[in-house]
Amino acid sequence: MNEQLAFTIEVFANGLMAGVLYALVALGFVLIYKASGIFNYAQGVMALFAAMTLVGIQNGQVPFAHLINAIFGTEVHHFGWHVHSFIAILFTVVVMIGLAWAVQKFVFKHLVGQEPIILFMATIGLAYFLEGVADLMWGSELKALNVCAADGVCLPQGMNVWLEGTTYEALGYGFFIDNLDIVASIVAAILVIGLVMFAQYTKQGRAMRAVADDHQAALSVGVSLNFIWVLVWSLAGFVALVAGIMWGAKSGVQFSLSLIALKALPVLMLGGFTSIPGAIVGGLIIGVGEKLFEFLIGAPFLGGATENWFAYMLALLFLVFRPQGLFGEKIIERV
Amino acid sequence: MFYREAGDFSTTYAEDQQTFPIKFDRYRYYVVLFIAIVVVPFVINDYWANSLLLPFLIYAIAAIGLNILVGYCGQVSLGTGGFMAVGAYACYKFMTGIDIWWGGELLFRLPEFNIFFSVIMGGVMTAIVGVLFGLPSLRIKGFYLAVATLAAQFFLVWLFNRVAWFYNYSASGQINAPERDILGVLITGPSTEPWATYLFCLFFTIVCAVIARNMTRGASGRKWMAIRDMDIAAEIIGVNPLRAKLTAFAVSSFFVGISGALFFSVYLGAVEVGEAFGIQKSFLVLFMIIIGGLGSIFGSFAGAAFLVLLPVALKVVGVDWLGWPTDIVAHLNLVIVGGLIVIFLIAEPHGIAQLWRVAKEKLRLWPFPH
Repeated sequence: MNEQLAFTIEVFANGLMAGVLYALVALGFVLIYKASGIFNYAQGVMALFAAMTLVGIQNGQVPFAHLINAIFGTEVHHFGWHVHSFIAILFTVVVMIGLAWAVQKFVFKHLVGQEPIILFMATIGLAYFLEGVADLMWGSELKALNVCAADGVCLPQGMNVWLEGTTYEALGYGFFIDNLDIVASIVAAILVIGLVMFAQYTKQGRAMRAVADDHQAALSVGVSLNFIWVLVWSLAGFVALVAGIMWGAKSGVQFSLSLIALKALPVLMLGGFTSIPGAIVGGLIIGVGEKLFEFLIGAPFLGGATENWFAYMLALLFLVFRPQGLFGEKIIERV
Repeated sequence: MFYREAGDFSTTYAEDQQTFPIKFDRYRYYVVLFIAIVVVPFVINDYWANSLLLPFLIYAIAAIGLNILVGYCGQVSLGTGGFMAVGAYACYKFMTGIDIWWGGELLFRLPEFNIFFSVIMGGVMTAIVGVLFGLPSLRIKGFYLAVATLAAQFFLVWLFNRVAWFYNYSASGQINAPERDILGVLITGPSTEPWATYLFCLFFTIVCAVIARNMTRGASGRKWMAIRDMDIAAEIIGVNPLRAKLTAFAVSSFFVGISGALFFSVYLGAVEVGEAFGIQKSFLVLFMIIIGGLGSIFGSFAGAAFLVLLPVALKVVGVDWLGWPTDIVAHLNLVIVGGLIVIFLIAEPHGIAQLWRVAKEKLRLWPFPH
């Protein structure tokens, strides 16, 4: 097999895997946007917050240790125990639900009926707030995230030797694909199926869709808007936790994790803000597109690092021709 | 009582329409200008100039620019950092003489511009770039547009990082402001006097504020506000959305570019584009106008002052008085700024400017409110 072609296919496959991770973040956006019309810029920071909380609980860190030490002059850092990953994840989910409740009660309850752009700016403020709180709570240094089901059974790292061996024998060229990316793709698939099932077959899911369709009509048939919004923010928090675990295991838990929100934005613009399939397809297109562009055009001709802006330019060009994105609802404006 | 209107009669239309119709208000404004122009340069020192006054003046220009776009025309932009970078790099190129190369040969070279005109050219170039990136606003609006302007932010920063022509092929990839003077007084470079840089920035700030104030209450400002309030209705009463939106982008970018040029040449002196003009800068300026007040020139000043003062004040209180580590204070700063954004959006969407307006109204009637 042609070396160049095989390499292109490998870049393509890696792009698909990266796209899955983008889609994972974008899913959280879509959930909140569909149910409340809020474009949640804080989704990336929520992923960071969730990952930091998970690591903090796992390692038995004392929350706000630095602040307490600074104010009271004490020297507390750790409780001295280690929590099993599974229990830590449960606790983190509880924290994320608490966060969802607080966000709904203290922020968005007071902003009902405001223009979307005001809500968007409020989520930018929320992102800053949450980032500050997360850093105060758990410290801002780089932390390693290890999620293990039992001793030795952890999230896999490194390249997949089996895949490389098999493809080398079959095609004469070893594919390099990260184990973690494969796991992330499987988890993302399960998550999407789970979310769709939840929306289709449960009472709460139906209520959620009703709210998404029309707030007032949903209210008039007895759906509690407050409850649904807390539910949706909790779900988004859960998705953020999953994304945080995957990204955190890949590159460590640190501030740059919150920037994945910026990677998810063009994915959404491309796929349309209101569509779960759109988030996935958009994520795959962006993931593959930016890897291929970097490989074929960016690195040889433009000096590299085009991944920062390619997704945005692609989305921008696309929007000029189809403002609602690939799968978005077309909003018809009449005078 | 504090705002006497007694005996303050307007007898012409011009008097009725001036910016400060109350005489007392007007004189206070003159006093502020007098202090800023005549008194401050004599008492200013390096610390005050570099940590408070210069950033305040420069951010105020950027906030006015963004406020025209977001507050008056309703087009949210997150590309401010990128546009400031355009201003900075254009200013740098004009300062050092623009050179055009083709096939390894120097085709021609512009003479070096005076720093004053370099800054203005920085604004002009940014206006052109701003219009280019404003073009999608005709098709998309709301936060689709906000996200689209992020394209400008990332693309421009990447461009200035990668294309060596912009930083004159320097080894570090940074741009450094060479020493430039006006009538023999150094404005840029390492050995400037604080009063000179201060007056230079103050001049631009005052001119920009006066221009912006008069544009926003004139015909173009009304068109922008019509577009902001309801674009379809505006179109029906005869506002051309294309012209209105693109002029808003052009004027806004012009101011933002001037602020970027000053930020680089006068304030920092040496700039690495990703650090100085990253996305954080876009958000910072956006926060200034949210806290200060959308759609208000005074609000731009108030917001800039607030967000420049806040970290300094926190540092004085937290680090110097209480002896906390600096990183905790930095995180507290994030919490406070984020919290304030949310609180202002909920409680007072028109920001500090509105608080000031209410206070003025109360003071006008005090002590007999009825």
